[in-house]
Amino acid sequence: MLSSAILIPAVLNGLLIGAIYALVALGLTLIYGVLHIINFAHGALLSAALFAAFFSFRLLGLDPYVAVFLLAPMFFVIGYTLQRFIIGPASHGDDRNMLLVTLGIAVVVENALLYAFRADTRTIDVPYAFQTIDVGWTFLAIPRMVGFVAAFAVALTLWLLMTFTDVGRAIRAVAKEKLGAELAGIDVGHIYAVTFGLGTACVAIAACLLIPTYYVNPHVGDAFVLVAFTIVVLGGMGSVPGALIGALLVGVVESLSGLFLGESLGQIGIFLIFIAVLLVRPSGLFGARA
Amino acid sequence: MKSLIPIAVVLAILAAVPFVVHSNVMLNFLVVALMIALAGQGWNILGGYGGQYSFGHAVFFGTGAYVTAILQMRYGINAWVGFAAGVAAAAALGAALGALTFRSGLRGSYFALVTLAFAEVLRIIASVAPITGAGVGTLIKLDLGIRTFQFQSRAAFYWVILALVGVSLVTAQLIERSRFGVWLVAVRENEDAAKALGVDANKVKLAAMVISAAITAAAGCFYAQYFLFVDSGIAYGTWISVQALLTPIIGGVGTVFGPLLGALIVKSLGEGAKLVAGDAPGLDLIIYGAVLVLVIWFAPRGLIGGLAHARRLLTRHDVPATPSTQEARRG
Repeated sequence: MLSSAILIPAVLNGLLIGAIYALVALGLTLIYGVLHIINFAHGALLSAALFAAFFSFRLLGLDPYVAVFLLAPMFFVIGYTLQRFIIGPASHGDDRNMLLVTLGIAVVVENALLYAFRADTRTIDVPYAFQTIDVGWTFLAIPRMVGFVAAFAVALTLWLLMTFTDVGRAIRAVAKEKLGAELAGIDVGHIYAVTFGLGTACVAIAACLLIPTYYVNPHVGDAFVLVAFTIVVLGGMGSVPGALIGALLVGVVESLSGLFLGESLGQIGIFLIFIAVLLVRPSGLFGARA
Repeated sequence: MKSLIPIAVVLAILAAVPFVVHSNVMLNFLVVALMIALAGQGWNILGGYGGQYSFGHAVFFGTGAYVTAILQMRYGINAWVGFAAGVAAAAALGAALGALTFRSGLRGSYFALVTLAFAEVLRIIASVAPITGAGVGTLIKLDLGIRTFQFQSRAAFYWVILALVGVSLVTAQLIERSRFGVWLVAVRENEDAAKALGVDANKVKLAAMVISAAITAAAGCFYAQYFLFVDSGIAYGTWISVQALLTPIIGGVGTVFGPLLGALIVKSLGEGAKLVAGDAPGLDLIIYGAVLVLVIWFAPRGLIGGLAHARRLLTRHDVPATPSTQEARRG
């Protein structure tokens, strides 16, 4: 059972899946790092993005890898609008209210998808879905390789944006010291919304990378978002490198526990890690403090 | 004792309903609304008075429902004993969960997240474990009689759930009036300040969690007896977690009658939507989610809280600061 012929591909596949998780988790950790709330609507937005990717393939004939350039800006706008015109005004600046508002949005989006498209599971057919490349000792699926590379490209872009642009500096300033940033002339409401938009755009990119080999239904985002919560908690809330490393780790753990325990119990393994981390070290492996 | 008079009046009025309303559809509607009110009152003790927002109260609802159903069907235990055991099991689970989470200092977002995750873990376990009937669920055999806690008439079920709601209302009222209730509110308003004044915040939250779990579990036990079926999606699904927090938030968070009022509104909206648009999956939850956002936006204290606040403003007494007013002033 423990032969390297099974183990090594499982680990590699785990790393590749982990990269997609990283994208979902990046959005979540970014929003947490700046707004200091957990966005419970993240999973529902992922489901919505998967539907958008599905329909841009079915109706417009857009390959998901092309559609990403349309959907990422679109979801940025959706995220920006949600935060600026709904979450911000509705929560009156109270954290507990903000949690409830994102939960409310999640429930609305998820069930609107259920209402519109029913619970059917849909998939798309792209020619490269099952193509693999031989890396010597094992075969790797091409869509997953693309996802892996893209995830790191997005992380790098985000890092560049945060480090070298004015918007990035403003975001970091708001994250560190909201009042001080406001006094320095930064429009905090706008920066909150930009951050939320960026987080939502990450979800759209993740959706486009997932759809070639995955399926979509109204509840599909839930599974991912709980994994993403785990990653974000594991890596330290708000930490971008933490999210990346946490995601790869969780991908490998899921792949291995799926191998030894079976699919549905493999997920429990992740939740148990999640709960254990929350209880023992809520600041995460890389976070400074809770 | 004087403070219990409004509860007695409301219960008396509600108890008379089956004498006037004979429609089974209407009674069924009220039974479900009262069941949700009961689950919501459980959430309200911990979330409303204690400020600990749980996003996974299904943990307690589902545990109550499963324990009741499994004890009867697999071990042949009397339904009433099963009911009590369900409540006790959920209370014990609440104590364990509370001890774990509060001791590691989880608050706010983290608490919401960990409760959500616990509900999800239990849902997955219940959907594969043989004892819960895995994906098939657990059916309770139809066997009418007082001994089996199964009644032919809806009215009997109605009075049972009304009695349970009555107990929960009295509990909330007694807590509100007690020293424990004051500690709980102090922890909600400012945990660090409460601690500095000598309140054992963790113990207070833990006690609130146990009471909260027991009340919400009673709703779950009742669900099992009323519908005679439990599966993992029903027991540990988001529908009940959302409704448990939605009802007190709409009616008035941290108020005695908030959950009851909220449940009647929520259920009326859900049924109204079904009348207008047909019984489509997800429709009621779309409305619940939208109402949740709108209530927080325009009436963050809920209906009762908003009215009480307006009255205090009108009579020009000093208005005590609640979290939302503090935040509004600050930001």
